[in-house]
Amino acid sequence: MNEDDIVPLLDGVRRLVNEKLIPAEARIDREHRIPDDLLGLMREMGLFAYAIPAEHGGLGLSKWAEVRLIFEFCRAAPAYRSYVGTTNGVGGKSIVLDGTDAQKRRYLPSIAAGDLIVSFCLTEPGSGSDAKSLSTTARRDGAGYVLNGSKRFISNAPIAGLFTVMARTNPEDKSAAGVSAFLVEAGTPGLRVDPPLEKMGQLGAPTADVTFDDCRVPGEALLGGTEGLGFITAMKVLDDARIHMGAVCVGLSSRLLEEMTAHAMERRQFGKPIAEFQLIQGMIADSEAEYLAARAMVEQTARQMDAGENVTKAAAACKYFASETVWRIADRAVQVHGGYGYMRETAVERLFRDARLLRIFEGTSQIMQLVIAREAMKEYKATR
Amino acid sequence: MKVLVAVKRVVDYNVKIRVKADQTGVDLSNVKMSMNPFDEIAVEEALRMKEAGTADEVIAVSIGVQQCQETIRTALAMGADRGILVKTDAVLEPLHVAKILKAVVDEEQPGLVILGKQAIDDDCNQTGQMLAALLGWPQGTFASEIEFADGKANVTREVDGGLQTLKLNLPMIVTTDLRLNEPRYASLPNIMKAKKKPIDEKTPEALGVDMAPHLTTLNVAEPPKRQAGVIVENVAELVHKLRNEAGVI
Repeated sequence: MNEDDIVPLLDGVRRLVNEKLIPAEARIDREHRIPDDLLGLMREMGLFAYAIPAEHGGLGLSKWAEVRLIFEFCRAAPAYRSYVGTTNGVGGKSIVLDGTDAQKRRYLPSIAAGDLIVSFCLTEPGSGSDAKSLSTTARRDGAGYVLNGSKRFISNAPIAGLFTVMARTNPEDKSAAGVSAFLVEAGTPGLRVDPPLEKMGQLGAPTADVTFDDCRVPGEALLGGTEGLGFITAMKVLDDARIHMGAVCVGLSSRLLEEMTAHAMERRQFGKPIAEFQLIQGMIADSEAEYLAARAMVEQTARQMDAGENVTKAAAACKYFASETVWRIADRAVQVHGGYGYMRETAVERLFRDARLLRIFEGTSQIMQLVIAREAMKEYKATR
Repeated sequence: MKVLVAVKRVVDYNVKIRVKADQTGVDLSNVKMSMNPFDEIAVEEALRMKEAGTADEVIAVSIGVQQCQETIRTALAMGADRGILVKTDAVLEPLHVAKILKAVVDEEQPGLVILGKQAIDDDCNQTGQMLAALLGWPQGTFASEIEFADGKANVTREVDGGLQTLKLNLPMIVTTDLRLNEPRYASLPNIMKAKKKPIDEKTPEALGVDMAPHLTTLNVAEPPKRQAGVIVENVAELVHKLRNEAGVI
């Protein structure tokens, strides 16, 4: 797919975003849910299908095409993305990469159709960034497994139809090799989803804790049909997910820039639009330059991933730089709005709260720094 | 029944247009173009007829430069079956378009031609009516509802006094008004599939249509800039100004 091929797709997404998604943002922030008709439009447009291979009913986009699509789609509030991002990303990709044929046939078509939302259950009360220390267990019992443990801050949990759950199958092995992934369907006895958590932003995307209490799953629920694969699968989808998050941040940055510039050109003080004051121009210029840098970085890394190169360092850099960038831009967007930027009536107040999460979830900025430095040192050693 | 839909490539409705410095027309360089919104309604209506089983093929026709192919692709992405591009770099007038469409109709023999009531660039509102006259077909213009019964069509028209319903014989011409339907969003899979649908290319010459101009554009100017308002102290002053300065009462 080249530039000419992608433009009609981007036009289609832009239109949906401008005409339907952006106008509903304030209401979604107030009511903490995305109306069904909008989810229906997203589903009909095929937004749930972008990363699923064509043979399973998806669009099978390259990573480059995906990030271009996300740049457009994420001009709308990130809550919308949450529905499709996790499902296509860590949830769906784990099945694409390492699922058995039966698992792919069972789940991928309904994921691509937008009928099945997937939650990824890794984080626990006692294990976040240190994911390998997870304590949820899966004990073999006859042909199946029995899961016990708690998972924290699980995106989409209240609406998910499928949970990809990381659990320790070998209690003796404290390393990654002791962890397996399970595909647990909603409604399985022993699986409990708590009421949605009250959050700072991204209020249309529900997050909840999930508990497994003697939750019995069949042997076919083991992802890939092999124990000990869970963590390896998770690591494989991480580079992919980090580039995706970089693209999300770039999309939101472009939206914040539009809001900031529009306000600066409209708002008049001292007899002229504030955009004519150089200190305001400085904030717009810094934001534009950083946005362009983040965008270029994400696009380049996506192309490298498509070419089969190792992108672990670059992907972590995308997530790190783009999320820090969107946060600085969100702060400036509020600053340019002055008092209005602190009021619930403006889009930037809401997007500022939404943006805060991006530096935290799917790997904090600090963890990204560790990954970048580790990879850089590895490269250095290899050339010695 | 075959349905022919005419789709025009126009400046996108979100673009703030600018008149060229020499006042010969609108500046089209680097301007986003899309399908005329009334034509989108026409495509949507044709697709609904196909989904309802009244139509079995929907053909999108566009006339103009090579890039009109993108407008046809948009119609194909919405669900039209195939496209016809009549390629010309000539300046197009409604009569040219109507004559070309007549030639296409003669080849394709559709049961219905559906067009936007006007295009948002020149606002002519003539092509549908001219095509009906050239073909000698009945026409239902400014349609807000179309119903088929007993081999005829009831077309509800938005007229100044309210709604008028006509019973028309097929084949017929319909031009669409805003309230006929809300066009669908083309889905991403369908946008990708549209690339593989066939588009036939023709020329006005091959269709035997003379493209000599009948109209001369003398001058294109922007509307006058809006003047700043004034705040009046009382009703008496307002009446005074309306009578003596604005001259409207």
